[in-house]
Amino acid sequence: MTDEMMDEEGVIKKFMFVNRKAPYGTIYALEGLEVVLISAAFEQDVSLAFVDDGVYELKKTQDTKALGQKNFSPTYRALEGYDIEKLYVERESMEMRGLTEDDLLVDVQVVSSAEMADLMAEQDVVISF
Amino acid sequence: MKIGILVSEGPYTHQASDTAYNFVKAAIEKGHEIYRVFFYHDGVNNATRLTEPPRDDRNIVNRWSELAKQHNLDLVVCIAAAQRRGIMDENEAKRQGKNADNLAEGFRISGLGQLVEAGIQCDRLVTFGD
Amino acid sequence: MLHIVNKSPFDRNSLESCFRMATQGSAVLLIEDAVYGATKGSSVEAKVQGAMAGLKVYALGADLQARGVADRVLDGVTVVDYGGFVDLVAEHGNLQSWL
Repeated sequence: MTDEMMDEEGVIKKFMFVNRKAPYGTIYALEGLEVVLISAAFEQDVSLAFVDDGVYELKKTQDTKALGQKNFSPTYRALEGYDIEKLYVERESMEMRGLTEDDLLVDVQVVSSAEMADLMAEQDVVISF
Repeated sequence: MKIGILVSEGPYTHQASDTAYNFVKAAIEKGHEIYRVFFYHDGVNNATRLTEPPRDDRNIVNRWSELAKQHNLDLVVCIAAAQRRGIMDENEAKRQGKNADNLAEGFRISGLGQLVEAGIQCDRLVTFGD
Repeated sequence: MLHIVNKSPFDRNSLESCFRMATQGSAVLLIEDAVYGATKGSSVEAKVQGAMAGLKVYALGADLQARGVADRVLDGVTVVDYGGFVDLVAEHGNLQSWL
């Protein structure tokens, strides 16, 4: 807990939610996002990482009408309103999938694998979905 | 050391719940405190008392219940994930107008905040899943 | 940092992603189906050997034994029991499970 600070509210830890799964095929992305939203209420230092198929969660123009599932992708754009503003995408994962930053529906910071490694290493709590 | 556990898969299909159980037992033996075991995603299915595995197989649900009893463990099932998958305690079943409940002994149903809170309170949070 | 991987490297890319995003000196613990990645003579052996130059790799003994591969663990991989798993968690400041 080297990075923890104390203030009047209590402990503030660095939480990183690592998203590695594509949406719709499994529920992990959606239920992962539910944890992220709840975490906002705890006023922690929250960041989100999108690696591997998790990058697909941020793909623009998702349309789930024919699936009968809810399209939850607009929620990523709403995260800013919850003061969750640190969204990191690993460049290699994105490029491997033929995507560029223009394909993503929200502003993110695209980082190298080494930068992502450093970001993960500095967290207190890493939860992956 | 205070350790929190997140179990993200149900029993039998994946090994996650078995590994989590063996880890928790070993951690207790080493004198660590298991602050909470939180069940999320299909992990909530670890909390149904209606499982009845073959006699020569381990009973994953009972094993958690017994460990909780022995060591006063806090086994928490996420309410949103549980409602999706049909895991209910008596109060929730009544509230939802259901004619049955199935939460196993030693588990309690609560909100996702309990997971985040475990992350804040614990020295380590270990996830077991698919 | 401790990285925990539980998927066979022949099925999923989690081991590869973990190697890519683990900082020098990190520990990687292979559990469940990931222990196949710690065995000799496979097509990922070279990749794992290469990663071990900068990372410490562990494998869970119970999972190796269950899968009949305890006798072919790669040199340099440390086999641990559940107690050793707990120790690794306690010794490292933070951890990630590559689900």
